[in-house]
Amino acid sequence: MLLFEIIMVAMGAVRANVLRSALTTLGIVIGIAAVITMVALGEGAQQRVQEEINRMGTSILTIRPGQQMWGGVSRGDAQLSIDDAIALRAESNGLLRVSPEQQSRMQVTYGRWNSNTQIMGVWPEYFEMYGHELQSGRWFDQGEVQGRRRLAVLGANLPETLGDTPPELLVGANIQIRGIIFEVIGILEEKGDAAWVRPDDQIFIPQSTAQYRVMGGRDRLNSIYAATETPDELDVGFAEIDRIMRREHRIKVGEDADFNVRNSADLLETRNEANRTFALLLAGIAAISLLVGGIGIMNIMLVSVTERTREIGIRKALGATKRAIMTQFLVEALFLCTLGGLLGVAAGYAASEAVTRLAEWDTSVAPEAVITAIVFSAAVGLFFGLWPARRAAILDPIDALRYE
Amino acid sequence: MKDQVIIRTRGLTKHYVLGAETVRAVRGVDLVIERGEFVAIMGPSGSGKSTFMNMIGCLDTPTEGDYWLNGQLVSDLSDDQLARVRNREIGFVFQTFNLLPRATALHNVELPLIYAGVGSKERQRRAREKLELVGLGDRMGHKPPEMSGGQRQRVAVARALVNEPALLLADEPTGNLDSVTSQDIMAQLEQLNESGQTILLVTHERDIAQHARRQVHLKDGMIEQDFLNEHVETRA
Repeated sequence: MLLFEIIMVAMGAVRANVLRSALTTLGIVIGIAAVITMVALGEGAQQRVQEEINRMGTSILTIRPGQQMWGGVSRGDAQLSIDDAIALRAESNGLLRVSPEQQSRMQVTYGRWNSNTQIMGVWPEYFEMYGHELQSGRWFDQGEVQGRRRLAVLGANLPETLGDTPPELLVGANIQIRGIIFEVIGILEEKGDAAWVRPDDQIFIPQSTAQYRVMGGRDRLNSIYAATETPDELDVGFAEIDRIMRREHRIKVGEDADFNVRNSADLLETRNEANRTFALLLAGIAAISLLVGGIGIMNIMLVSVTERTREIGIRKALGATKRAIMTQFLVEALFLCTLGGLLGVAAGYAASEAVTRLAEWDTSVAPEAVITAIVFSAAVGLFFGLWPARRAAILDPIDALRYE
Repeated sequence: MKDQVIIRTRGLTKHYVLGAETVRAVRGVDLVIERGEFVAIMGPSGSGKSTFMNMIGCLDTPTEGDYWLNGQLVSDLSDDQLARVRNREIGFVFQTFNLLPRATALHNVELPLIYAGVGSKERQRRAREKLELVGLGDRMGHKPPEMSGGQRQRVAVARALVNEPALLLADEPTGNLDSVTSQDIMAQLEQLNESGQTILLVTHERDIAQHARRQVHLKDGMIEQDFLNEHVETRA
């Protein structure tokens, strides 16, 4: 009951000084807005990274050539060969799908259009592994890989690149890759970017065709991809790859391997790192802003206590206890800060929206962040309101009544 | 007989330390005021009258001596206990009115009841009653800056009465008022006293003190004179 009266009094005091109260809360507003924007950006980036991981496949291991070491001396880059891929496919139990990848940028022509496009020599499993879908046409199969057939599956953007040709017309048509004629047999559905990989702009051909007909018999693979059935089996898959690859490359246990095995999540870790740095920066701004805002609140509360010394004296003479006075000023600080927190949430939300629209960055304002922000601003009010409120509470009523 | 006594002080003493000097503002005052009395405390400035008043009003605690207010020993209560005593037992009327300028007359009068924990409806009912008693039934929604000095002081009187205090403490209540308004306020206090309210009035004006029934003169922190006003017999 009494608390309700005290809250009314505190709110009345805030109303009596609207402009001053508004300016005072500005620090809190900015601080909380920064927090909300930070969290929204971080959350958005996190979601995006997760989507990319999903798009890249969550259960894919990438094998890349590493450094070949001989007695502690680097002997240049090691190589991955097609035999490694064949061995992996033939001998592993845990790996569901394996595909080598041999890639190079090449001149592609179709009629009078041409483009410089990334050519990917892969096995049919590659498409399954990454969950590609066809919008028209068909895949090439393992037999066609064996036969080194000149068949091409195009990424979703290529019909546009090659003169805005309708996909239906392109399927069955001939294109030239480095002057060699290929038959287009399929067009992929749009996939979106996954990290640095842009499958929509790539052309996929059988690996053997790439090796013997396009890349001049080059035996070196860029990478080998291997997928387990679920992400949980990545560890088993990793162990199998390590075992088979070491045997193929004649590397003893305990010696450094001349290849690297990583999963998609690892590859995205770097980008996560950058996001985290950015989030930390904003968190720093938010912390400083809240500190400054809190000091502003404390300052204005001290001014308020001084200005209202006489009022405090009157209230004390009429029977207000220390606690009642203290509560009154604490509630006032709390009210100011919580109000600032609410305004800050609104401003942060608006800022996130603006960032999404203008910079096309994904943002997402989490409800937990909103609640945390408001609770935190209330805590700032409580902390920085405590000292001024205590000063008010311990005022001597006689001195306070005499105060002019 | 004890419940007839509202104020009893025994050897009430207050010393201040001002720099290197100790000021002995009140030096052992023994005073008894009974229920229904109207006492004027008089004395020049420096007589210790204000210090004495602060102790009687439970705004200050004595250095030495005892003070019973309405049967309760209040001279060594804690700050918060004193706040309670002020709230329940004492009604203050100050020279400078000491109203909250932004609050209405009604809210100003309600204030002591808020700290007494009285519910909103009951508060308003009692505040209205007291404002009507002092003749301000039609000014309840006005704020102090919109009122005359006399009206403000009457709001203060209503506020002092709203808790039905054992003691009404009026500290130079006419000090900021012109003579006509002063007479009004004094008449108001006399009327209240006639209906049984114990009043302690502090003043340095002789004609104001004449409105009381008894005068206590302080000098150098001690009681110099304590006598009944002449008109008392005729009024009785």
